[in-house]
Amino acid sequence: MTQLPTTTTRKLGLVIDLDTCVGCHACVISCKGWNTENYGAPLADEDAYGANPVGSFLNRVHSFEVTPADDAPPSLVHFPKSCLHCDNAPCVTVCPTGASYKRVEDGIVLVNESACIGCGLCAWACPYGARELDPREKVMKKCTLCVDRIYNENLPEEDRVPACVRTCPAGARHFGDLGDSESAVSQLVAQRGGFDLMPEMGTQPVNKYLPPRPKDQLQETDILAPFLAPVTDTSQGFLGWLDRALSALPGAKE
Amino acid sequence: MNQPKIDTSPKVSDEVRKTTCYMCACRCGINVHMKAGKIAYIEGNRDHPVNKGVLCAKGSAGIMQVNAPSRLRAPLKRVGPRGAGQFEEISWDEALQIATSWLAPLRETAPEKLAFFTGRDQSQSFTGWWAQQFGTPNFAAHGGFCSVNMAAAGIYTMGGAFWEFGQPDWDHSKLFVIFGVAEDHDSNPIKMGIGKLKARGARVVGVNPIRTGYNAVADDWYGITPGTDGLLILSLVHLLLKAGRVDLDYLARWTNAPVLVNCTAGHADYGMLLRDSEGREMVIDRTTGQPAPFTQKGLRPDLAASHQQDGITYRPVFHLMAERYLDDSYAPEAVAEKTGISASRIRALAAEIARVAFDEAITLDQPWTDFRGETHAKMVGRPVSFHAMRGISAHSNGFQTARALHMLQILLGTVETPGGFRFKPPYPKPATAHPKPHCGVTPGAPLDGPHLGYVQGPEDLCLRPDGSPARIDKAYTWENPMSAHGLMHMVISNAHAGDPYKIDTLFMYMANMSWNSSMNSGGVMQMLTDTDENGDYVIPRIIYSDAYSSEMVAYADLILPDTTYLERHDCISLLDRPICEADAAADAIRWPVVTPDRDVRGFQSVLLDLGHRLGLPGMVAPDGSPAYRDYADYIVNHQRKPGIGPLAGWRTGGDGRGAPNPDQLQNYIDNGGFWLAHVPAEASYFKPWNADYQNWAVGMGFYDSPQPYLFQLYVEPLRKFQRAAEGHGPHQPPDHLRQRIAETLDPLPIWYPPFSDAQVDTDAFPIHALTQRPMAMYHSWGSQNAWLRQIHGMNPLYLPTNLWQSHGFGAGDWARVTSPHGEITVPVAHMGALNPNTIWTWNAIGKRRGAWALDEKAPEATQGFLLNHLIHELLPPKGDGLRWANSDPVTGQAAWFDLRVQIEKTTPPAHSLPAHPTQGAPVPQGPRDVAWKVGQ
Repeated sequence: MTQLPTTTTRKLGLVIDLDTCVGCHACVISCKGWNTENYGAPLADEDAYGANPVGSFLNRVHSFEVTPADDAPPSLVHFPKSCLHCDNAPCVTVCPTGASYKRVEDGIVLVNESACIGCGLCAWACPYGARELDPREKVMKKCTLCVDRIYNENLPEEDRVPACVRTCPAGARHFGDLGDSESAVSQLVAQRGGFDLMPEMGTQPVNKYLPPRPKDQLQETDILAPFLAPVTDTSQGFLGWLDRALSALPGAKE
Repeated sequence: MNQPKIDTSPKVSDEVRKTTCYMCACRCGINVHMKAGKIAYIEGNRDHPVNKGVLCAKGSAGIMQVNAPSRLRAPLKRVGPRGAGQFEEISWDEALQIATSWLAPLRETAPEKLAFFTGRDQSQSFTGWWAQQFGTPNFAAHGGFCSVNMAAAGIYTMGGAFWEFGQPDWDHSKLFVIFGVAEDHDSNPIKMGIGKLKARGARVVGVNPIRTGYNAVADDWYGITPGTDGLLILSLVHLLLKAGRVDLDYLARWTNAPVLVNCTAGHADYGMLLRDSEGREMVIDRTTGQPAPFTQKGLRPDLAASHQQDGITYRPVFHLMAERYLDDSYAPEAVAEKTGISASRIRALAAEIARVAFDEAITLDQPWTDFRGETHAKMVGRPVSFHAMRGISAHSNGFQTARALHMLQILLGTVETPGGFRFKPPYPKPATAHPKPHCGVTPGAPLDGPHLGYVQGPEDLCLRPDGSPARIDKAYTWENPMSAHGLMHMVISNAHAGDPYKIDTLFMYMANMSWNSSMNSGGVMQMLTDTDENGDYVIPRIIYSDAYSSEMVAYADLILPDTTYLERHDCISLLDRPICEADAAADAIRWPVVTPDRDVRGFQSVLLDLGHRLGLPGMVAPDGSPAYRDYADYIVNHQRKPGIGPLAGWRTGGDGRGAPNPDQLQNYIDNGGFWLAHVPAEASYFKPWNADYQNWAVGMGFYDSPQPYLFQLYVEPLRKFQRAAEGHGPHQPPDHLRQRIAETLDPLPIWYPPFSDAQVDTDAFPIHALTQRPMAMYHSWGSQNAWLRQIHGMNPLYLPTNLWQSHGFGAGDWARVTSPHGEITVPVAHMGALNPNTIWTWNAIGKRRGAWALDEKAPEATQGFLLNHLIHELLPPKGDGLRWANSDPVTGQAAWFDLRVQIEKTTPPAHSLPAHPTQGAPVPQGPRDVAWKVGQ
């Protein structure tokens, strides 16, 4: 019911490195802090000190266990998830009031809270579960890509990045123009085989994920790590080797 | 398109106030954005040496800590029975009068009857000084409960350990191996470092029974059986020695590997090092073949040569190492079953370590000069770095395991070389450059010296003339001679037992002893409330300071409410546990960025006030007025030695040393809350032996003269305790400890099974149970934080696949978990990436009902739990009439990771068990909803 722009000038988004994310939730809370104080209604917490605390967050980290098909050990993948600012965003087209929209200049998907009636259709339409209704204001909350930071002339230029990117201790989050193949983020996606989340949904997400590198590859027979050849089998033999080795050191007695 | 116009340049704040985080012990720099005098947003400080702009979840949630409903509001006097949490609010004057009336008579008659222990204290150089001026020997912080094995093993072996003592060379390392590391104090720097390593394709290897966090992103995971890390490390040492893949040049020049050991069995000095008349260790000079002191110019220490002198045979330490570690008992095949790691994977790890250390060695074009006067054109490095923490440290074999890891690093030549492990100033600092412990009590006068330090032999133990322990925690006794951080976890049980003596007042700060900061939490609650035959409390008086309504508050008679971290002055001092980086000395302050809205005071200021009232030396001016107005005044004007104060920056006349500067705090504030002095480039590596570093350190005031030293692969003070146990010398251990001392205080690293394994039926209790701290919430304070508790509101017990299946568990099930000491009933969850004999949970998420201003039905109380209830501070009786501590025999560190349990599936109860009754609280429950927006 709301139209998407046919193209956007830029495609601003995030590249999230699943090989590096340690699952610390720094991005989750930094986002909560910035976006509580800034764009739109504060991100409220209902029953904050009670039995069932429920707050709105624009970004959450989920952890999944991966069990390889061979007998390699299982591993844990930390998976931060927020709005992917899709080119073909079903949350926008489903919006009955035009509150959800995708910006022409940078592709950011935003909610105009003054036009949002809290009907929740967009949250149903989003296949990623990236939208949450604020428990107090009953308006739809979602990642703004910190639109009030990235152009903010009151911030030093180096800080004009989303709060989650600025705070990420492991450097697992990258921000930039994914519409520009020369940008650092596009290069990173190309080098590391960055992928779309659930491409079969046809949402054409702008955000990309970098896959975990292959794990548990260290083998005794690794070509790069040849078997440690013993210099000796006995303690006495070791001392003989030691004496020869010491004589070979620089500055040793001739 | 018809897009709404939005303001993309809103005002961010009226003002940014830069101070230091205290959401954990990482101590990052933070920018606190203020709007209309209120805190609007907290972010990392880009200029700060610790975090360089980043900030973790805890730090970003600080705003919810400062407005937490659990904040205490005024001084409190207990009016109900202990533990009930019934208080009346009193004035500060009354509170301080009460405290003075309790403490003044103790000081005049028996200062040791005050036990003053501080938990997560970041002002130990101040609180220790206060306790010293009071005159009690009974002071320590929580290190004995935490990680003293790591600290003490590092100091004795190489003059520093991990975390605040040093760090991996993140910029040059190519292989990073972590042992027993979960979230910890070096919270953000490790994440930043791993990010750096990964960005350039360096490999990370995680050795841990649990594959979460840092271990989850490790390229290779070694899911080791708990308590066997030392055995794995010694097997790596075996393989490296056998293949000759060790750095002989490094060992010869910078370690005591060539130092001569008396090897004539039966001789009184058997096992002692050969020294010259000035006490310097002796080596054979390969050039002359003659003995020479290790400091001699032009020396070529010989790793191989034996020596005969006065009928005694001396052999180099390296001979003893080769003899021990080449033994087949350390072969991978011999350790595979115990460690749970296959022989081939152990070989693979050893080969990879050797390959990177020696085949990918790196060279920096940076000349430097060593302490023997030799100039080196380049700095050669072995780019393998290690980090380890509680997972190896909190075992009864933790000290020797940490020693083994340091020995491995040193054999590879990776310590203080490019790509390896680097010390942070004021470290390196060998054990001999630290004070010794002091316990000399004189009523009405200060203690005879600082409480904590490093013993060099039996003569330095803290024993009274009759041989009984001088300290209430029995630190520095034959039971645990090198207890460098004290034993906070033993204070309450010893005080309750009146062993070694009764005390009058227990005074604690930020130490949640009746909950997650004790083993045996239920037992501790009992001891705190127990009464004698007259109906008096066995521990007569308890004073406690905390900022929040923690579980411990209910057990105190007098509460001194502290401020939150954004309402106070603090210094993160070079005299204490500083925030330095390998390339810089640094310290920092906290300052009140907001004013408390409650009748609370910073604890350190209160302690100074109390010190004045008690007439403690140094706290009273000549005219009788307080020597310091408050802690801020102390930070600026206190001098430990002439020219050396709590803060090193902006002293009158320069940095490091100089007279107090009245504008010092403002100078810090203007600089973003911290001070930093770079280590000169020529001093940046090889610090223990680098003449330029040593001279720079003297200028900074770290020591008064250069202190070059050799790494102690062979720790002679350990041998001194062994000799005593063998019957030599005037200081003799009690007979029942002789065998254990002889076996465990070995001067070369050893591995032995955790003590409890010998006293617990391991067939009946086959499972290892561990805790880890969650990254988003690793201080127990997190649970009242409205944001963080939504991430970790409860803590399931994670079970590996084999146990999950064999017990028939499914989603939503609960288990009864039993140890030889106790039992808990808790929710379970499945996790495949686990050692098959290990279960675990998040630490300190569980809360007692009534605490922390949470609803009684909060998931922290109904489903959360502590493993602490399963752990005792003593081992089960073994029939010898003695109770042995559940601690490391060298340092006394609490061995909570030695825990053995059995599990069974059970019907879910209404809430996790044990369920302690709701405790009363001096604060009302928090508001229902929170939406903290301070701007328009």
